[in-house]
Amino acid sequence: MLEIPLSALTAQVFTGLVIGMVFVLLAIGLSLIFGLMTVVNFAHGSLYMLGAYFGVFLIGLTGNFWLGLVLAPLMVGALGLLIERVLIRRLYGRSPDDPLLLTFGLSLILVEGVKLVWGKIGLTLDPPRAFAGALNLGFMTFPAYRLFVIVVTAAVLVGLWLFLARTNVGLIIRAGSRDPLMVRALGIDLSRIWLLVFGIGTALAGLAGILAGPMRGVYAEMGVTMVIESFVVVVVGGMGSLVGAVVAGILMGQVVGLTTFFAPKLAEIMVFVVMAVVLLVRPSGLFGEAGLLE
Amino acid sequence: MDRRSFLATTAAGAAATAFPAVLRAQGKDPIRIGFPLPLTGPFGALAADQQRGAQLGADELNAKGGILGRKVEVLFRDDQLKPAVGAQRTKELIENEKVQFIVGGLAAHVQMAINEQTKKSKVLFISVSQSDEISAKPDTSPITFHEALNPTITSRAVGGWIADNLGKKWWIIYADYAWGKQNNAVLHDVLKKKGGTVLGATPYPLGSAEFSAHLPKIQAARPEVLVTVTPGADNIAFLKQVISYGMKKEMRIAQPLHWLPQLKEGGPELYADIYGGTNFYWELQDTIPQVKRYVEAFQKKFNMPPGDYGCYAYSGVMEVARGCELAKSTDSEAVAKALRANPVYDHYKGKQWWRPCDNKSFQDLWIVKGRDKAKGDWGLVEVVSRIPANEELDRTCAEKGLA
Amino acid sequence: MSGRPAVRALTVWVAAHPVLSFFVFFAIFPFLLPYKALATQVLIFGLFALGFNLLYGYTGLLSFGHAAYYGLGAYGTGIALAKLQVGSLWAGLGAGLLLAAAGGAVIGFFCLQRRGIYFAMLTLAFAQLLYFIAFHLPDWTGGDDGLRGIPQLKLGLGESSLSLDSTLGFYYFSYALVGLAVAGLKRILDSPFGAVLQAIRENRDRAVACGYDVNRVRLLSFVFSALFAGLAGSLDALRLTVVPIEALYWTTSGQVVMMTLLGGAGTFFGPFVGAATFLVLEDRLSVFTESWPLVIGAIFSAFVLFLPSGIWGTLTGGLLHGHQGR
Repeated sequence: MLEIPLSALTAQVFTGLVIGMVFVLLAIGLSLIFGLMTVVNFAHGSLYMLGAYFGVFLIGLTGNFWLGLVLAPLMVGALGLLIERVLIRRLYGRSPDDPLLLTFGLSLILVEGVKLVWGKIGLTLDPPRAFAGALNLGFMTFPAYRLFVIVVTAAVLVGLWLFLARTNVGLIIRAGSRDPLMVRALGIDLSRIWLLVFGIGTALAGLAGILAGPMRGVYAEMGVTMVIESFVVVVVGGMGSLVGAVVAGILMGQVVGLTTFFAPKLAEIMVFVVMAVVLLVRPSGLFGEAGLLE
Repeated sequence: MDRRSFLATTAAGAAATAFPAVLRAQGKDPIRIGFPLPLTGPFGALAADQQRGAQLGADELNAKGGILGRKVEVLFRDDQLKPAVGAQRTKELIENEKVQFIVGGLAAHVQMAINEQTKKSKVLFISVSQSDEISAKPDTSPITFHEALNPTITSRAVGGWIADNLGKKWWIIYADYAWGKQNNAVLHDVLKKKGGTVLGATPYPLGSAEFSAHLPKIQAARPEVLVTVTPGADNIAFLKQVISYGMKKEMRIAQPLHWLPQLKEGGPELYADIYGGTNFYWELQDTIPQVKRYVEAFQKKFNMPPGDYGCYAYSGVMEVARGCELAKSTDSEAVAKALRANPVYDHYKGKQWWRPCDNKSFQDLWIVKGRDKAKGDWGLVEVVSRIPANEELDRTCAEKGLA
Repeated sequence: MSGRPAVRALTVWVAAHPVLSFFVFFAIFPFLLPYKALATQVLIFGLFALGFNLLYGYTGLLSFGHAAYYGLGAYGTGIALAKLQVGSLWAGLGAGLLLAAAGGAVIGFFCLQRRGIYFAMLTLAFAQLLYFIAFHLPDWTGGDDGLRGIPQLKLGLGESSLSLDSTLGFYYFSYALVGLAVAGLKRILDSPFGAVLQAIRENRDRAVACGYDVNRVRLLSFVFSALFAGLAGSLDALRLTVVPIEALYWTTSGQVVMMTLLGGAGTFFGPFVGAATFLVLEDRLSVFTESWPLVIGAIFSAFVLFLPSGIWGTLTGGLLHGHQGR
């Protein structure tokens, strides 16, 4: 029983990579929002869920998966802009716990709202026919759609990196993540940047949702455990650190994947154990900076 | 029972028998059945089915004059799939709404919390949830009845059929909680007795939608049958992922139970050729007259065929009624005794009976298989085999700790 | 409005005499609600929120994992009475309190090494760890089926023993114990220790500069907070005669946060007001609509936006030292 064929182990590592990629998309959004605005967005899981639901809706409307893939995250991002403008903005200058509490309440509203609109039975989100089966890559067989997810996420990450590294807005965002006070002192109006960041962060969550939908199903509670796990990932990576979000996301994906393979009973708790260990050894996470919201 | 409450009960009992007129005068109040169920949460669709079944039962009873000449009301309360909430709703139903009976529960752990309250308040409880424990010590009681199937019966029946018909080399994947573990244990047992082998058994955390981590290992082991003990949304997520890894072509897939809402949600794309057990399927109306009557009544009222859990709820309500009529009273202990004394009943699919030592209901179940193409909106599976009701499918009362 | 000064005077009096007000109001509380069992639930969760509030409202530490101590109290009492069959109600309660306090001490020690959101996530991690352990030790805890079979024990001995069977009987039993806890909290807050606690919340660095042992004070606060939450758990175990696994789940932690905020963090009675509001709302709403979480979520969000001091905090606004200046 302990003979593990190499192909199974390889498939396992790739599986962990897919899990990790979804984590990365969520964690980057959370980290961006936290790093720049010190807002802990508890509604992130619900926005992930909405990405999947909007995806089903759009694909149903247009019959085109690609259109859905592009538009659903944009719809979620637009919703994010609305949330920031109308709700979160009122909380600036108040206790840092308040946005967390507000987004917690918001997540309750969103989950129930979705059930009212789309019903209690979950929906089906199908990937394009081309990706429906498994690819035989020689050293392993692996579902084509999952490879697609890895490729898409990598592309988005590269695009995001280019945006942050090469544009002026990106520069401000990065600086603001490191030292918001200083950026303000330099006279830069951060409120528009915050709006943008919240929109981008939530759009990434929506993208994660529509990518995950074909793999895991689309149902109202799909974001509930994801949000907790995403927080764990962000904390492990270091709140406010984008590199941390990527590294921690991929790391946690492997943790989940390999624990499931070797010791399935422990899979659920491993993420928390890793987080506790990391935090006790490196106080601000792997790449985090001390002093951020402490 | 301490002296004070014993005296109080005896005095009340004496008063009741000495003044039957008093009893009859207050008899024009409706009979209320409390029904806690998880309207919110991941099993909302199954709970909605339960609600429909119970409501149909109440309406049919009222059309015929009610129970003992009194109108029947079913009061539904959301238990949120949480035991503490289920217990609190039960308290509210008993104390505030003054219900005489409780039918309900969907989740095993919630029904046990409900049961603690009904035992305490001496209210008859007919559980319509799947659980091995509710009909055994220490949970069961003379006023605790279990209408639904349980993991032992289901997995013995379905597991036995799978071993005989699909293959004897299995891999089992199961949700790591009571229902999943119970099914898993029984499946192991059944296969061993049939001379087969379990190549591997994988637990996974309930509610976790990410199964891809388990699949390569299963594929490498090459089982003849993949038995999946994955409830609710997990079932859909699991099957999607299994199919995407190409595993449907490599092995047979079977599960202890199919649920109508999941079948609808997943559709033939997911469920074609997947075997499962069920306590009820509406197409049985073609061969069983009671089913035809029930399905037509349900369809007329709700514009959709009845699902599995709705039937349990319906039957539970009808049994409350039958017990009251037999006992000529709404006293829980009297009703319980009457049901045990007249254990045979048949409300929607054929003969069922209560086993007196543990108040367990025995009933037929069927093996069904997913169709490639649905027949109409709801013709998602076809009946493959019937497993008749049989007390040997469950543990004996001795094994449950009862005499 | 002519009623206004009267209301004001009443809230002033209540704020000035919290313990007495508690005993008076809660003596008649069961008769104010649709049914009495709801009153017991409010009392117990009010106590839970009281404990949480000591840590959050008065010490300034947001814990996401307070279900851990409530759960430890519940399982401690449950295991002592159902599995070990100690036979005595007080021994059962004691076991729960001991376990909760021990948990608070150990977990608090680890979590307090970090601050802010990291502290919160560590508390969550430990609570989930406990959940996981309880889930996978079914012989002790019943696993996810819950710990059942907690016996209904009696107060006192032999012939003169009082049965706690009746709803009102159990209510007044809880009332007495919760009242003791309330009195205890008042003593803590009025003591020099309590003053240091609030100094730390207002300005940690200055408190350190004044020479206070901040870490020790915060750990003590953590343990007290765990103790109150544990007592709530123990009482709930007796009330339900089961301990469900959800007692340790993060949604329970989330509930106590919501209740405290609704009532008013950093105020004495906020927790009770919040618990009452939340539970009565949930109870009545769920009779009418399946979408009651939406209503509760909306109300809660509205409070965060417009009434961050909570109901009681707004009523007593400015009278008491509120959380971070509110």
